[in-house]
Amino acid sequence: MNMIQAINSALDVMMARDDAIVVMGEDVGYFGGVFRATAGLQKKYGKTRVFDTPITECGIIGVAVGMGAYGLRPVPEIQFADYIYPALDQLVSEAARLRYRSDGEFIAPLTVRSPFGGGIFGGQTHSQSPEGIFTHVSGLKTVIPSTPYDAKGLLIAAIEDNDPVIFFEPKRIYNGPFNGHWDRPAENWSKHPAGAVPTGYYRIPLGKANVVREGEAVTILAYGTMVHVCLNVVAEAGVDAEVIDLRTLVPLDIETIEESVRKTGRCLIVHEATRTSGFGAELSALVQERCFYHLEAPIERVTGFDTPYPHSLEWAYFPGPVRIGQALKKILKD
Amino acid sequence: MSGDPDRSNLKPLSLHVPEPRFRPGDEVDFSVVEVPAAGAAPRPDTHDVPASFSDLAYSLVRVLDDDGQAVGPWNPRLSPDRLRRMLRHMALVRAFDERMFRAQRQGKTSFYMKSLGEEAVSVAAAHALHYDDMCFPSYRQQGLLIARDWSLVDMMNQIYSNRADRLQGKQLPIMYSVREAGFFSISGNLTTQYPQAVGWAMASASKGDTRIAATWCGEGSTAEGDFHSALTFATVYRAPVIFNVVNNQWAISSFSGFAGAEATTFAARAIGYGIAGLRVDGNDALAVYAATAWAAERARTNAGPTLIEHFTYRAEGHSTSDDPSAYRSAGEPNAWPLGDPIRRLKDHLIAIGEWDEDRQATMDREVAEEVKAAQKEAEKNGILGHGLLQPLDSLFEGVFEEMPWHLREQQQQMLAEEEASGRPWARKG
Repeated sequence: MNMIQAINSALDVMMARDDAIVVMGEDVGYFGGVFRATAGLQKKYGKTRVFDTPITECGIIGVAVGMGAYGLRPVPEIQFADYIYPALDQLVSEAARLRYRSDGEFIAPLTVRSPFGGGIFGGQTHSQSPEGIFTHVSGLKTVIPSTPYDAKGLLIAAIEDNDPVIFFEPKRIYNGPFNGHWDRPAENWSKHPAGAVPTGYYRIPLGKANVVREGEAVTILAYGTMVHVCLNVVAEAGVDAEVIDLRTLVPLDIETIEESVRKTGRCLIVHEATRTSGFGAELSALVQERCFYHLEAPIERVTGFDTPYPHSLEWAYFPGPVRIGQALKKILKD
Repeated sequence: MSGDPDRSNLKPLSLHVPEPRFRPGDEVDFSVVEVPAAGAAPRPDTHDVPASFSDLAYSLVRVLDDDGQAVGPWNPRLSPDRLRRMLRHMALVRAFDERMFRAQRQGKTSFYMKSLGEEAVSVAAAHALHYDDMCFPSYRQQGLLIARDWSLVDMMNQIYSNRADRLQGKQLPIMYSVREAGFFSISGNLTTQYPQAVGWAMASASKGDTRIAATWCGEGSTAEGDFHSALTFATVYRAPVIFNVVNNQWAISSFSGFAGAEATTFAARAIGYGIAGLRVDGNDALAVYAATAWAAERARTNAGPTLIEHFTYRAEGHSTSDDPSAYRSAGEPNAWPLGDPIRRLKDHLIAIGEWDEDRQATMDREVAEEVKAAQKEAEKNGILGHGLLQPLDSLFEGVFEEMPWHLREQQQQMLAEEEASGRPWARKG
């Protein structure tokens, strides 16, 4: 399966298991979603469980919070993460706080799916990576898969979770693992081991990172599309790096990170999102606090620049092989 | 800017900034407020199409006339018993407000908001709804809880953030949450409850349930984007929901003109969305009851949502942190042409021979005693000024269903720091 099929399969499996699950969003119903992630679900489960919504993100999330309060388990879709901002008040002030402010009387067991990230010539409003906005909010969990296998297992775990989960899907790797070389032919998931996705139920627990490559020289922390870019850079440069796919940003798998950095003594953090106050800053602070006496070089960050996401200059902006390679050289020099 | 040769004959544009009729020191004259006669508004069928509600949306449904008689097609013909219960609940709300306002002034809590003059809006609505219909209130519908006979002690415990506070001191006073009484957790963020109520109603409909949702916001909050989203969703899915807009003329210091009231009514907004819109005398408990019962029947029979504008007046300051004499004439509350909701219901009961001044005085004494006794009981559990009344580590509970490592770590750190500080928090539970 590719990642879209894996997500579709996760929704299918869960909707069959639990009739409290509803899927809603712009174009998700009859049409099956602009990325086809919900294709066929309305036909199978009916219009009251899979339905199109008006174009109002604050309405989509607000309504989902109310459905959650009733006892449903909504899986709303925000068509692009770039368009999640109108829903911020409902996510930050309501979904994230409902359990706390009502002392558990009401909960918001939502899973908000949204395609995110760049690398597709999406320009300013189809490329953003706003995860840092959500990791900053107490009461939200943030999950970002990097393979079809993970996408399905994590989405199932997110839907089963009784807390609100922001589930960002890196749309650059919907169809194949992007290695960072935009000028070479695209790969697809059929040749990748994580493209083998079981058709039935399985889950990958939230809060558990995946060490996708073991190594001794440096720890690379990444998620989403950047996992594949980093793996490729490491392979091409012949660096014995340990690459960790974080998978869940909140709650974070701090143990795996600590163990790795203590072993390697070096840490590179890579994300597409803009640098300042990005999630990389949190990762850097945690590693510094917890692994200070093991560090042999300053922690490096390769991220998007602190600019809006450009269109024609995309590959200058995108933290690709050149910039990651330079950072690795620098970090391994000392 | 000036200088465009082609348009030199036009007067310059001017920006209209609304201004309330009266400011501090002004004589108040509300004769410009249109008050249609009681009984004049027609009562449509609950299945009528929204487009036919234009007249009602610009008029005012009123039942109680100046002689205290219930007149016209909207008269809900309630039993004297029901009327007396509504009257008592309204009196109880007022007594509760009075007592808690004073408790704030005495430093027993940090904050309070009264609903003086708006008691009918919530109490009569609660009487017209089923107990298991879910209410999504704003912060000024304490009357819903009281009319559902919820424990005053429990409400006060929340106001005092004391050791019996059901919300463990996590919420600002009056931001109640009582799932058992169909009262959704109040948020400080305005109008967020509107689309949530629609979602709850959609869920109920999709499950083939018979329960409906009702939600409330002030007229000022109708300007929020959530209001628009909620009405759009409600009309699209014909959700079984009642939208209440409590038009009390004031949003803190801004008069209703800043929410658009100079140009239209709030009930009229419903029509454009394809939602039935009623405009109701909010100080007429019978009109509020009748409109709510009508909207509930419409919702319960799958005929769709209704928006009810309750035309009323916020007789007090916005909150204990507000001084209305700084922005409006002190004469306004008494000059308000729709009078006082409690007095009007009382006059009605007396007019139909089911009540008298002595019974009213006895009832007033009883509700005052009831509130006083509840306060005494609640204060046994502590007041805000008594220091920490919840276990210190409860601060971290309920952020998530299970506490993740980073919160557990912060919790342990806080406890260790507190231990080592040499100045442990006083009187913690």
